[in-house]
Amino acid sequence: MSERASVPKEDESAAESEQEPVTTGAQSVIRALENAGTDYVFGVQGGAIMPVYDALYDSDINHVTMAHEQGASHAADAYGIVTGDPGVCFATSGPGATNLVTGIADANMDSDPVIALTGQVPTEFVGNDAFQETDTVGITQPITKESYFASDPDTVGDDVSEAFALADAGRQGPTLVDLPKDVTQGDTEVEPGTPQTPETYDVPEEADDADVQEAAEALAEADRPVILSGGGVIKANASNALREFAMEYEVPVITTMPGIGSFPEDHELSLEWAGMHGTGYANLAITNTDCMLAIGTRFDDRLTGGVDSFAPDAEVIHVDIDPAEISKNVYADYPLVGDAREVLRQLFDAMPRAPDADEWREQCQEWKSEYPMTYDTPDDEPLKPQYVVETFSDMTPDDTIVCTGVGQHQMWASQFWEYTEPRTWVSSHGLGTMGYGVPAAIGAKLAAPDQEVVCFDGDGSFLMTVQGLSVAVREQLDITYVVLNNEAVGMVRQWQDGFYEGRRMASEYPWIPQFDKLAEAFGARGFTLESHDNVEETIQEAREYDGPSVIDAHIDPGENVFPMVPSGGDNGLFALNEAQLDMI
Amino acid sequence: MPGPTPDERMRPKGRRNTQGIRVDPEAEVTHEPRQAVLSALVKHRPGVLSEVSALFSRRQFNIESLTVGPTVDEDTARMTILIEEPEPGIDQAKKQLRKLVPVISVSELEGGAVRRELALVKVSGEKPDDVNAVADMYNGQAVDASTDSVTVEITGSKQKIDAAIEAFKQFDVQEIVRTGAAALERGPNTLEKDV
Repeated sequence: MSERASVPKEDESAAESEQEPVTTGAQSVIRALENAGTDYVFGVQGGAIMPVYDALYDSDINHVTMAHEQGASHAADAYGIVTGDPGVCFATSGPGATNLVTGIADANMDSDPVIALTGQVPTEFVGNDAFQETDTVGITQPITKESYFASDPDTVGDDVSEAFALADAGRQGPTLVDLPKDVTQGDTEVEPGTPQTPETYDVPEEADDADVQEAAEALAEADRPVILSGGGVIKANASNALREFAMEYEVPVITTMPGIGSFPEDHELSLEWAGMHGTGYANLAITNTDCMLAIGTRFDDRLTGGVDSFAPDAEVIHVDIDPAEISKNVYADYPLVGDAREVLRQLFDAMPRAPDADEWREQCQEWKSEYPMTYDTPDDEPLKPQYVVETFSDMTPDDTIVCTGVGQHQMWASQFWEYTEPRTWVSSHGLGTMGYGVPAAIGAKLAAPDQEVVCFDGDGSFLMTVQGLSVAVREQLDITYVVLNNEAVGMVRQWQDGFYEGRRMASEYPWIPQFDKLAEAFGARGFTLESHDNVEETIQEAREYDGPSVIDAHIDPGENVFPMVPSGGDNGLFALNEAQLDMI
Repeated sequence: MPGPTPDERMRPKGRRNTQGIRVDPEAEVTHEPRQAVLSALVKHRPGVLSEVSALFSRRQFNIESLTVGPTVDEDTARMTILIEEPEPGIDQAKKQLRKLVPVISVSELEGGAVRRELALVKVSGEKPDDVNAVADMYNGQAVDASTDSVTVEITGSKQKIDAAIEAFKQFDVQEIVRTGAAALERGPNTLEKDV
């Protein structure tokens, strides 16, 4: 929805004609976004960013006013995940910019392409502690690929173009341009150039052929090969290449959590995802493999557990577009720096033969039957969260997009939903940002209006950004929010019970609002679920409602997330329940 | 269902060390820290020093010294960074440095690289002749003198400067400033050619 309708234009024909010459720095900023193909901007107005918004008034770019800047950065992040193109967010100086920081840090950890444009006090006031001034570049430098301080109306458009290109190039990530008000208000006739990355930024494409050959031979020699597919596979649009490779050479595929959707979970070769709450079979396979083809993963500690026990017998072939990821956490015997899709194609051609691994594949299937993802069937109350997720999954098309907040609900949504397509799993991984879900679903829905969007959230996480519901209502976005409500920050409570002798300090939320009524107050539809009897019916009703709806699902507060590898633990020693936690 | 309990599951024999490197299960392997001299060409623009130093601080690299100054190309500056890290940390520091947008190129200088540090030492001026004599021993020279103090300039390796400062302590050292190392590769090789 465009938000320019409140004041009639004096001269419609002039406003409609495209490519009017720019006259101000702000117009150059907007022109740079237009040139880069921006459709949506998520933001919040404010004093220092006002000239940019004024220039946006004459643009076809759609602006979505968010209820909080944090939501703007998360919505842009989700937009970037779903479309693959950078999502854009705006905020004013000072508190506007600092409120974006969480979303920028989140995008940085997950390599999501995001452009943040922030207003700044006029150049002459910079450094004077002026009203709503903060050192935005200084604050964001460590959490962006690059933060720019625009200093000149003649070059501000190029700064934005470069930031756009940089966010998208190589390993994707966030960039920021800080825009002093006098620079955006200043006169210029300079049009921004074509988006291009800075000359010092090299993006490798193909890996060295000889290195690829060596790696391929090592994989072909393996008795217990696995592919570990990370988020980088999805970012590189390499999911199809991965499927072709894995199926041709019959190598079992494990994904990381960000890699969910890169390989169809209903395929025989899929072991789903590994890590702290990954499947038992994925964790056993990862522990016992003798050759791991890891693609687009940074070996986060939630995946590896203790690095000393991570795939200890495996020769590691590590494909990554970022050379700094090679041997950062896990030593790579065969480093292959390049674009995942290109390198997979190279590997496909270089493989001398398929690994002789019938026995290993059988072993993996055996683990699947030994450690299935299960939960107590909901014969009795209370309602099981896994049942809600699983039922919803069964009712929806394959391309349904699932967004989440962060916590136990996020784990259930990743464990019990069946993902088969890339860019259908939108979550906060590296930063683990509670409150990610509500605004992320907004960004995801606008990015893919024809796909169904569901957001699983927890009561604690939902409350952190619940004001975003007002945006979903205003934009009439057809999103189904499901709050898996256990009146607690459940993951913390689970750890307190497991590792802090049940001392539940500040983790129980018996004071939370009635989310169905809260939804209605915002103008959304509200539902309550208290038993398993009407789960399907309620979900169906919420799905059919043409607009945002919230299902407040009162789940079993005693339910915890398993399997579990304790922090820093050994993936192969996952616990299936509380009793096994004591054994490891 | 459910399968074997944790202690009964299939287990590999190997292990990795804390740097994620596969190691002999029977032998302890540690990487001892060593000193590395990194030379980086960077865009000469505001904020670049903070970007580089922030990288070292947030990645917890143990930085010994960092010097920066312009080159003959006014758009380019050269940084000399001394770090002391185990081998994987040095490798990681180089790669992370290369990722920074204003960084043009990064090289590790060989052990034989020309390495110099400058120190200014201000000591009591009571025995100027003695101060001069000690300065001569270290090829230093007095660059300022007053009735109460003498300031001596010393250039050389870190060890030489450490030794000189030790020697000057007999004259009541009032102030010291040290630059940290600046370094260049010996021979005709230049970093610019790596660009």
